[in-house]
Amino acid sequence: MLRTIGVDTIEKLFESIPSQWRLDRPLDLPPPAPEQNLVAHLRDLSRRNLDPDESVSFLGAGAYRHFIPAVVDHLLSRSEFYSSYTPYQPEVSQGTLQAIFEFQTLICQLASLDVANASLYDGASALAEGILLAHRARRRRRVVALETVHPEYLQTSRTLVSAPGMEIETIPAREDGAADLRRVAAALDGDTAALVVQQPNFLGRIEEIEPLAEAAHAAGALLVVVVAEAVSLGLLKGPGEQGADVVLGEAQSFGIPLSFGGPYLGFMAVRSEHLRDLPGRLVGQARDSQGRTGYVLTLATREQHIRREKATSNICTNEGLCALAASIFLATVGKRGLRELAEQNRCRAEYARESLSSLPGCRLPHPGPLFNEFVLEFPREALPVHGALLKKGIVAGLPLSRYFPDRKRNVLLCFTELSSRLQIDRLVKALREAL
Amino acid sequence: MSVTRIPPKRRQGLLFDRSSEGTRGYDPPALDVPPAPPLEERFVREEIPGFPQLSERQVVRHYTRISRLNYGNDDGIYPLGSCTMKYNPKVHEKIARLDGFAEAHPLLPAEAVQGCLQVMAELERFLCEICGMDAFTLQPAAGAQGELTGILMARAYHESRGNPRQVVLIPDSAHGTNPASAHLCGYRVEEIPSDSRGCIDLAKLRGRVAEDVALLMLTNPNTLGVFESDTGEICEAVHARGGLVYCDGANLNAFVGVARPGDTGVDLMHTNLHKTFSTPHGGGGPGSGPVGVKEPLGRFLPIPRIERREGAYLLRNDFPDSIGRVRSFYGNFGMHVRAYAYILANGAAGLKEIAETAVLNANYVRKRLEGTYHLPYPTPSLHEVVFSDKGLEKTGVHTLDVAKRLIDYGFHPPTIYFPLIVKGALMIEPTESEGIQELDAFADALLRIAQEAQEDPEVVRTAPHSAPIGRLDEAAAARRPVLRWTPGSAR
Repeated sequence: MLRTIGVDTIEKLFESIPSQWRLDRPLDLPPPAPEQNLVAHLRDLSRRNLDPDESVSFLGAGAYRHFIPAVVDHLLSRSEFYSSYTPYQPEVSQGTLQAIFEFQTLICQLASLDVANASLYDGASALAEGILLAHRARRRRRVVALETVHPEYLQTSRTLVSAPGMEIETIPAREDGAADLRRVAAALDGDTAALVVQQPNFLGRIEEIEPLAEAAHAAGALLVVVVAEAVSLGLLKGPGEQGADVVLGEAQSFGIPLSFGGPYLGFMAVRSEHLRDLPGRLVGQARDSQGRTGYVLTLATREQHIRREKATSNICTNEGLCALAASIFLATVGKRGLRELAEQNRCRAEYARESLSSLPGCRLPHPGPLFNEFVLEFPREALPVHGALLKKGIVAGLPLSRYFPDRKRNVLLCFTELSSRLQIDRLVKALREAL
Repeated sequence: MSVTRIPPKRRQGLLFDRSSEGTRGYDPPALDVPPAPPLEERFVREEIPGFPQLSERQVVRHYTRISRLNYGNDDGIYPLGSCTMKYNPKVHEKIARLDGFAEAHPLLPAEAVQGCLQVMAELERFLCEICGMDAFTLQPAAGAQGELTGILMARAYHESRGNPRQVVLIPDSAHGTNPASAHLCGYRVEEIPSDSRGCIDLAKLRGRVAEDVALLMLTNPNTLGVFESDTGEICEAVHARGGLVYCDGANLNAFVGVARPGDTGVDLMHTNLHKTFSTPHGGGGPGSGPVGVKEPLGRFLPIPRIERREGAYLLRNDFPDSIGRVRSFYGNFGMHVRAYAYILANGAAGLKEIAETAVLNANYVRKRLEGTYHLPYPTPSLHEVVFSDKGLEKTGVHTLDVAKRLIDYGFHPPTIYFPLIVKGALMIEPTESEGIQELDAFADALLRIAQEAQEDPEVVRTAPHSAPIGRLDEAAAARRPVLRWTPGSAR
């Protein structure tokens, strides 16, 4: 090959790199590991984490443990899917394109809205993109958000929308954890682009969306509904049906492992009037010269590779394979299965709420309708209790002081189809002993 | 010349077309707690019309069939320039799925996730060494989010000195994400033209740099596959007026172990784990775009940051100058663990050999096609080479046609019509993953297509002839967008 190229050494091919920058030493990295050693090393590292087989977890708060049918990983592992690129050449990418078209449809069906994009990074950056969309649609600079939106979503959005000059004002919830409609309405003004509410909210409470939609629309703002626990959409009304203009969030719950926080799956659906303001990829139906139906990336004039600095977003690579996982999950679980799954989550959480609220000194600061999470208040500081249970292999939810320093006695607990009665009873017993 | 027309494969229906009432592929276990009183009806949705109802077998067949309509990296050469479609080692898929990683919840206390934190901390250290930077964050979920993170840090740096400045300079050969990211950070974008070498025009840059310039974004090697050998002078000119230099490390694969971006004087950079470090592209993500900085910028890195104290890893949030979070949790950990495994598997010598082979392969393809295809910039190539369709136009054949005809020969087309500074660009990046037989077969196909363009241009202009579908009418699709299936819609 060198002879064909016309050089005598490989070094010659690097002569365009000035010699003062060429490394005169090998990189300081560990020696190469053969596959057998590599697997052993990584297996060892993976065991330095909490052993999932020897523990039970009631932790949610934006990342959810759900059962993943074997078929999801089996199909994802087809390298026609995972080793291909963004489908720029539709003739050799119909598999990916059709799968995205189906994903867009599933998200629209769940959100009860008209159009959805091909995915975003995660729920947090999806919210930032949603706020920027509202800014484009309304040309206003303020956003009013309920304080019960996931704290990391709000932190991320603050980072990402502050440079374009957007401001996010947060409104505290009512004592019972639900949105305080009067305070929300008072905060909305003629410069508000969007009202942001999470359903169910970060404290696990189901919100009443319709009055919030009315308040937002009365002020000329969009209603953005954030969904962090996507399984809830199997049971709860599609927010689009209740007046939401934008529904976005995190679909990790649909067949994607916890994997220490990523990759996850941001999604966004909107009313058709906001179609051209959508960020990210969109797949549309098309026909070839023989009239056969196929799928293509479309409306690319919104995107960075065409519009450069005038694009609706800078997003390029998104979460294609995670969107595929979600589609396979939803197709397998199906209409009935998703409903039953959601209902089981709620029943298990209700059973746990009932059992835990009777523990001496414990109370439920935010009673009311829930999906699969709720806040429990201990008679004393939560962190030491949480630590004591962790030693017994029980993850007693999330101590809320992580995000809210004044909530030292509160934990946010989550119950899914994986939380058996036996496990819940074990949690109750362990807490009774620890408190 | 005759064309063998292979009959189109049977069209695949959509998931929704295959549904039948009452079918399902999954049953949750029986409810072992008392059923809760029903949720108030006003919160509960009606059945979703048309939501899929399939058996597991139907789901498997559906996705298996549509997967065959795709061309993946395991099917053969995937020479998309600037995308670095290298082979994805299979062991990475196994490692990322180890229970201890796959089931690690991101909000567990640090003591329960020491394995994950060690992977991330060591990967940060490896990237610092490979790139010659002082600190890295793994939080950005893709290259474009890395750019955004970097520009926000540059902005925070300038703000800390009293003035965020107004302008980001970007060469006209840059990826579209560069200007889009700069704009999102509130900057005005100005283009710097390339010179006859395809590199940044140093004189024009020097003429433009002033106190209003916050940042210059430089892709090195650039999108022509050419090393920006004036980087030292470029950095000097920008630094002299108080600006910063960002390196878009999308093309880092060209020189890992040979040289380091950090040594060339840049202040911050990102790299794409899904390019240089072989994490799968997934048909459009997930990716991962870690960002590295030189020390003066470390205090602006996103939170949380990982630290090792008394032999244990912990996550710290107490960095008052940090730009904040750019994503929930810690980024795409599943990609971090694959990239970590890739670096460990190859070691220093292996990574350098990868870069050398990638450059060798690109130069080999260049040599084989030079003279037949127009080479707009004769500057030496590193890992990719850009040709154009100049000279073919008189046959009525354009870059798009060449790309589509390649499909008939069983190859994935290269990147086309990018970079924008080359009219009708064909941007080829073979990567190190191909052997000489594959490279020859690929080059032979392109040479043959050039000959076909002369002898039978129609066959090229109407390609592909053997794909599952012909060229799709993209203009019509955009004029009347159909972006979802609806119940009762005829196909």
